Amino acid sequence: MKVLAALSGGVDSAVAAARAAEAGHDVTAVHLALSRNPQSHRTGARGCCTIEDSNDAFRAADMIGAPFYVWDLSAEFQEKVIEDFISEYSHGRTPNPCLRCNESIKFEAVLERAMALGFDAVVTGHYAQIVHGPHGAELHRAVDPDKDQSYVLGVMTAEQISHSMFPLGDSTKTQVRAEAEARGILVAQKPDSHDICFIPDGDTAGWLARQIETEPGDVIDAETGNKVGTHKGAQAFTVGQRRGLALGNPTGDGERRYVVDVDVKQNIVMIGPPTLLDINVIEAVNPRWGGPLPVNGQDIEVQVRAHGESLPATVEVTADGVTIRLKEFLRGVAAGQAAVMYEGTRVIGSATISRSRRES
Amino acid sequence: MAYLDHAATTPMFPEAVAAMSELLALPGNPSSLHASGRLSRRHVEEARETVARVLGARAGEVVFTAGGTEADNIGLKGLAWAERERDSKKRRVVVSAIEHHAILDPAEWLRDDDEFELTLVAVDEYGRVTPEALRAALGEDPSDVAVVSIMLANNEVGTVNDIVALSAVTREHGIRFHTDAVQAPAWLNVRHDELGVCAMTVSGHKVGGPHGVGALVISRDCVVTPLVHGGGQERDVRSGTLDTPAIVAFAKALEVVEARRESEVARVSALRDQLVQRVQEIAPDAVYNGHADERLANNAHFTFPGCLGDSLLMLLDAQGVECSVGSACSAGVPQPSHVLLAMGASANDARSTLRFTLGYSSTQDDVDALIAALPSALERARRAGMPKS
Repeated sequence: MKVLAALSGGVDSAVAAARAAEAGHDVTAVHLALSRNPQSHRTGARGCCTIEDSNDAFRAADMIGAPFYVWDLSAEFQEKVIEDFISEYSHGRTPNPCLRCNESIKFEAVLERAMALGFDAVVTGHYAQIVHGPHGAELHRAVDPDKDQSYVLGVMTAEQISHSMFPLGDSTKTQVRAEAEARGILVAQKPDSHDICFIPDGDTAGWLARQIETEPGDVIDAETGNKVGTHKGAQAFTVGQRRGLALGNPTGDGERRYVVDVDVKQNIVMIGPPTLLDINVIEAVNPRWGGPLPVNGQDIEVQVRAHGESLPATVEVTADGVTIRLKEFLRGVAAGQAAVMYEGTRVIGSATISRSRRES
Repeated sequence: MAYLDHAATTPMFPEAVAAMSELLALPGNPSSLHASGRLSRRHVEEARETVARVLGARAGEVVFTAGGTEADNIGLKGLAWAERERDSKKRRVVVSAIEHHAILDPAEWLRDDDEFELTLVAVDEYGRVTPEALRAALGEDPSDVAVVSIMLANNEVGTVNDIVALSAVTREHGIRFHTDAVQAPAWLNVRHDELGVCAMTVSGHKVGGPHGVGALVISRDCVVTPLVHGGGQERDVRSGTLDTPAIVAFAKALEVVEARRESEVARVSALRDQLVQRVQEIAPDAVYNGHADERLANNAHFTFPGCLGDSLLMLLDAQGVECSVGSACSAGVPQPSHVLLAMGASANDARSTLRFTLGYSSTQDDVDALIAALPSALERARRAGMPKS
């Protein structure tokens, strides 16, 4: 096949592209320029799309023997990922920008352009597996549970999955690094990237404070309704958060207090004991399905955080999304995050959590 | 492979390769006082005389540099600084809107970091600077202008400016004039003594010489402040050990150009005209940019509406046809062409360009290969469309 490999300049995408080439595919490499003002060098493991990363990607393509180009997607990234991130936070939700990037950039803008230009598939260094089952190409968890990225790929539609290749899904990170060394790929020991690529210093709250106008507001005890402190702006808080409340010891009982609700409209942060965070019903909107829709009441597993565990549940498809009923309580579910539904290792689909509640 | 990017760089002439190879293993720094040094110096000075003769200058007016960008920087900043030193009122630089980044960026640096003012000269729809536009940019009182820099031939659309007419405007006011002639010598008989300019930039690898060598031809009565300080090897204007093999090969290339230019201009412009006609047959909506006649013989520059230049370049490259989007890249990303924007194009059109430039080694096969590859590339690039700007 004629495939387009997205090279970030890191080790994973380089090995993925090398494997695709070795498997006999005709590989063309692109580096996605996502930042409007790229820095020269990466600092530690943070940030992305520096000129150094682009050069590393160029050299990886050289080693593989693939022609290399840079595609400028900075305008799309700004609109679909960064502005969405700011908008979600300003509405009191907690977005996942990596997932949004996969949804809007890598497997939409890039894949569509690649298909139009005559490529058959897009290759990336994501850790996930594509299995050809009875309903066509299915997205499955990676073999390495520590690296599994099926959660942030859950937004892929069946059509997108059928035009994607994830050659690293059957390997561990250790194996991939060793293979990079063996292949002479120069970035074999480059640190993994972490956190949010467009916030290179890792200070999300500080970054958001510069983007969103915030006002001080009250911190309210959810059990008593009493004001127990003030905050600098409700937008910066996430349900389940404990740090950054600066309450001292409000109850005197020494029990830890968590953010249990964020009301951006009234600029109120509600806090309470961890038991108030326990929920067992999740409502989620804008579902995207990686294959056939689930049957109502079907037993599934659901994952609500990128590195969280998956929990047994049932799912019901409703008019505006899905209702997921958990078989046990789950603590601290934030609106805006994705609920990714699995059947075994297979991703059924993903939806954005709008609210969660406790039902007895 | 069809190489249609000679404006980016053109292969060295075999004569230049031979001249360079012969000298690479020889000892001798042209600044050394022993026999080997004197021999090396002799090679440099003979080359300087050749360059001077071909470009209509005196040998003492040729300052060798490490390429066109360095020569442009000396031509602009060196003249601006020397003029300000002479007359503290002279704090303005005037450059055309379609200059290469080797002029635009130092001009912006002078504005942003060195307290100069910058005036851009507008161009017409063909990318030409008219004497009227230059007069308008100079304004009613041009006594504050330290230097004017306007390129002889544009690297993107190939438009040729009437430097004689433009330098006449500045001479009325005693203003220093620099021209970037990097794209010109292979196709035009460029003579410093006829242009009426103070300084003129040329480059080795655009005329069949090696990379990493160029020259600034500076009139004897023009003072420039050096950018690089050191041994003062080149008239105290430019320091650094002279690259004898590269300088000799550069001079050899100019000799070849001088001998073959007339016949090559006729041959290549006919090939170019054929290319233009056949491209327009395939893509009737393609816009042929630049001026029909006042342009370099080797340049064909198009806007393909609805096609991203990047997409077309990649698709043609995959079929062995090598060309350019024409505009500068930032971190590998082609930027919308400032030249096209200055000529009045929309932002989308300024990203939908492709430049095909021929050279002395171009043949009919190169044009045929482009024409064979273009239809499918256009179809796919149209399907991919334009991204958000």
